[in-house]
Amino acid sequence: MLRLDAFSVYRGPCPVVDDVTCEVARGECVGLIGPNGAGKTTLMRGALGLLPAVGESSLARLAPAERARAAAWMPQRREINWPVSVETLVRLGRTPHLPPGGRWGAADRAAVDHALARMGLDAFRDRTATQLSGGEQARALIARALAQEAPLLLADEPIAGLDPAHQIMTMEVFAELAAEGHAVVVSIHDLGLAARHCTRLMMLERGRLVADGPPGEVLTPENLARVFHVRAHYADTPAGPVFQPTETIR
Amino acid sequence: MTARVLLPGLGLLVAVLFLAALLVGPAGIGPGESLAALLTGRGEAVTLVMREIRLPRALLAAMIGASLGLSGAAMQGYLRNPLAEPGLIGVTGSAALGAVIALQTGLAGAVALALPLAGLAGAGAAVALILLLAGPRGSAFTLILAGIAISALAGALTSLALNLSPNPFAAMETMFWMLGSVADRSFRHVWLALPFMALGWAALATLGRGLDALTLGEDAAAALGIRLARMRLLLVCGTAASVGAATAVAGAIGFVGLVVPHLLRPLVGAQPSRLLFASALGGAAMVLAADIAVRVVVPERDLKLGVLTALVGAPLFLHLIYKTRREGV
Amino acid sequence: MWGCVRRSRIVAAALLWALAAWPAMAAPPERVVSINLCTDQLAMMLAAPGQLVSVSALAREPQSSAMVAEAMRYPVNRGQAEEVFLLDPDLVLAGSYTTPATVDMLRRLGIPVVTLPPATSLDAVSDQIAQVGAALGRAAAADRLAADFEARRARLRAALAERPRAALYYANGYTAGDSSLAGEILVAAGFENVATEAGLAQGGALALERLVMLAPELVVEGARYPGASRGEALLAHPALDGLRRAGARTGGDWACGTPHVLRAIEELAAIRETLE
Repeated sequence: MLRLDAFSVYRGPCPVVDDVTCEVARGECVGLIGPNGAGKTTLMRGALGLLPAVGESSLARLAPAERARAAAWMPQRREINWPVSVETLVRLGRTPHLPPGGRWGAADRAAVDHALARMGLDAFRDRTATQLSGGEQARALIARALAQEAPLLLADEPIAGLDPAHQIMTMEVFAELAAEGHAVVVSIHDLGLAARHCTRLMMLERGRLVADGPPGEVLTPENLARVFHVRAHYADTPAGPVFQPTETIR
Repeated sequence: MTARVLLPGLGLLVAVLFLAALLVGPAGIGPGESLAALLTGRGEAVTLVMREIRLPRALLAAMIGASLGLSGAAMQGYLRNPLAEPGLIGVTGSAALGAVIALQTGLAGAVALALPLAGLAGAGAAVALILLLAGPRGSAFTLILAGIAISALAGALTSLALNLSPNPFAAMETMFWMLGSVADRSFRHVWLALPFMALGWAALATLGRGLDALTLGEDAAAALGIRLARMRLLLVCGTAASVGAATAVAGAIGFVGLVVPHLLRPLVGAQPSRLLFASALGGAAMVLAADIAVRVVVPERDLKLGVLTALVGAPLFLHLIYKTRREGV
Repeated sequence: MWGCVRRSRIVAAALLWALAAWPAMAAPPERVVSINLCTDQLAMMLAAPGQLVSVSALAREPQSSAMVAEAMRYPVNRGQAEEVFLLDPDLVLAGSYTTPATVDMLRRLGIPVVTLPPATSLDAVSDQIAQVGAALGRAAAADRLAADFEARRARLRAALAERPRAALYYANGYTAGDSSLAGEILVAAGFENVATEAGLAQGGALALERLVMLAPELVVEGARYPGASRGEALLAHPALDGLRRAGARTGGDWACGTPHVLRAIEELAAIRETLE
């Protein structure tokens, strides 16, 4: 799906992403975690080829059209520049599948319907996207990424600003996608949700990949103390793992 | 409103206005007689009036309107800013400067296509400069300021060039270049401008998909497979060719690229790709209507088209600014 | 009889100018500066050697002046009060439409200024010759010039069975009607001015469409200036292609009420003969 080999992104002389090597395969829901400024966004943008980088990225090597069919990208900045309907917005995800000069087909309509249903936006189909609340807009943009039906989905903080119900719902959608055979990479700040829904976590600190593996192995007290400067409470409950940072370490 | 209703409706509007533009004029010929002369060539003087004076004028008005509407919609789509239009951001003013320089240096008389090429060069320089100064990451504020600066400079240099001309009439024609007019143009101007306009339209028409994708922002659009650098190049070249040629033969007509996309945006569901073609038709209708109005309202005087388009466009512009302020952008 | 009428008019005009230029009438002016195209040419024709000190820059412009070669022998001025004052004239010849501020300034500086209105008819030519002659103190030369002009004019009068229709067309679509010098030249050359048909006896803007509908046999165009302008581009419109003739253009001979108008009439009459 995605392979990075000795991958680095430089801003001036400083490496914002420093020599990252990893591989994401089908069926994985990878949570990209790290403190602010760790380089999560830069890593994803660089991997997609949107930034100049040093090293290998299997995605960046592809031509733009092919890459768009291989991976869907949901940026952190949620821009909706024109007052289009939600349906139109979601349908933009089908752009890579449109033949040049072609028209929307049944497959496109089906993908849009499916994405809207999955994100619970059926009732919003004809509403103007710019008039929705922030959370609803976020869901619409996620639906757009889903409509793209790409095997790999990269999302930069997709659940920021959503209410708890929709946060959980979205993470469940990502987990389902992974179970269906897609690969998902999400950058996320909520470590609790990351622990509950991701099959694998990648922890970044100052551009370096310092931990990579199942949540239990990555979210150790040592890692948390060193990278996040927090102490946390971890428990296995009948409802699944519960993880909550409790206090900061000076 | 579906494309099935909107586009034929606009097309019909353009056709009706085109016909009306052919029938209006100081010669005082009846509609039947004029149409007969146009189609069959009956009546020597009437045919001359219809085929050599009115027909090129109406064609030019439609072509110019289409160029301005189309490029306005394209620029607004690319810059994601409803205030971007060729007049406000100084593209038409720079094109006029290029054309005036070509005329006053004698280049336009010496080389056949020098006039539209000079307009193209002026317009292209302005678009490139705007994209550089107030590109997509710039705010609306920066865009308008850059546009004011470019317009002011181009206007001043145009006036200077005209005043330095050895021709005593040239100095009085600043108004023509600043406000625009299609009066007394001939087929020579039509053939001069048409190839460049057609190229410009072709370039701009390909931008639809990319502009739609830009609704999500540059990053998302690039990830959707849109080649942004290529889009930018096509936008610059397309706008330069179509607006440059239009301004070179008729002067700088403003506000068409602002008013038409603004009015039609709600009717196309705010989709930039659908807005392109609709704005071309809408622009043609607007300039045709303005040209009919200047001949009906003040037939004895040579009222410039830019006066009417500004009477409609400037209040709309103020309204848009007010709305933008209220939304706190 | 014709001579008596003319002479009494000359005396009346001379008396008027005597009132206006009393100090100058005592002796003929010795340093005359002309700041108007038409007074330039009349002064060049009438002044005594050394009397005319400067003419306006327009006198050297081929599109407007009939005496470009002669004007080269005089220093030119741009009609600014300051430069005229520095030439130390005792008489300034100007037009009645010369910038009022300049004329006022010169008068306030104590320089007598004689203003000449634009000629609007062929009859006015003799009057203008007389006025300038009187101001210069060269009445005898003026009389001779006027007489010669009238004689040549009489010879040009021909009875015409049919008068072809023509139009005068200047930049920006302006036309001159019968009540103008250019209009009278047109008529004297044997044409009928379509401007009158169009209701523009005083001249004015004539839309291209209306000109085409009037279908004159000839369009006499205004002189072309160097450089380019949209106003002049109108004259190149394809709709007028069939109506132009080589040489049918106004120029220096047409601009002022001088004996040169006869040359314009003769040239135009020759073109009329080629139309038949």
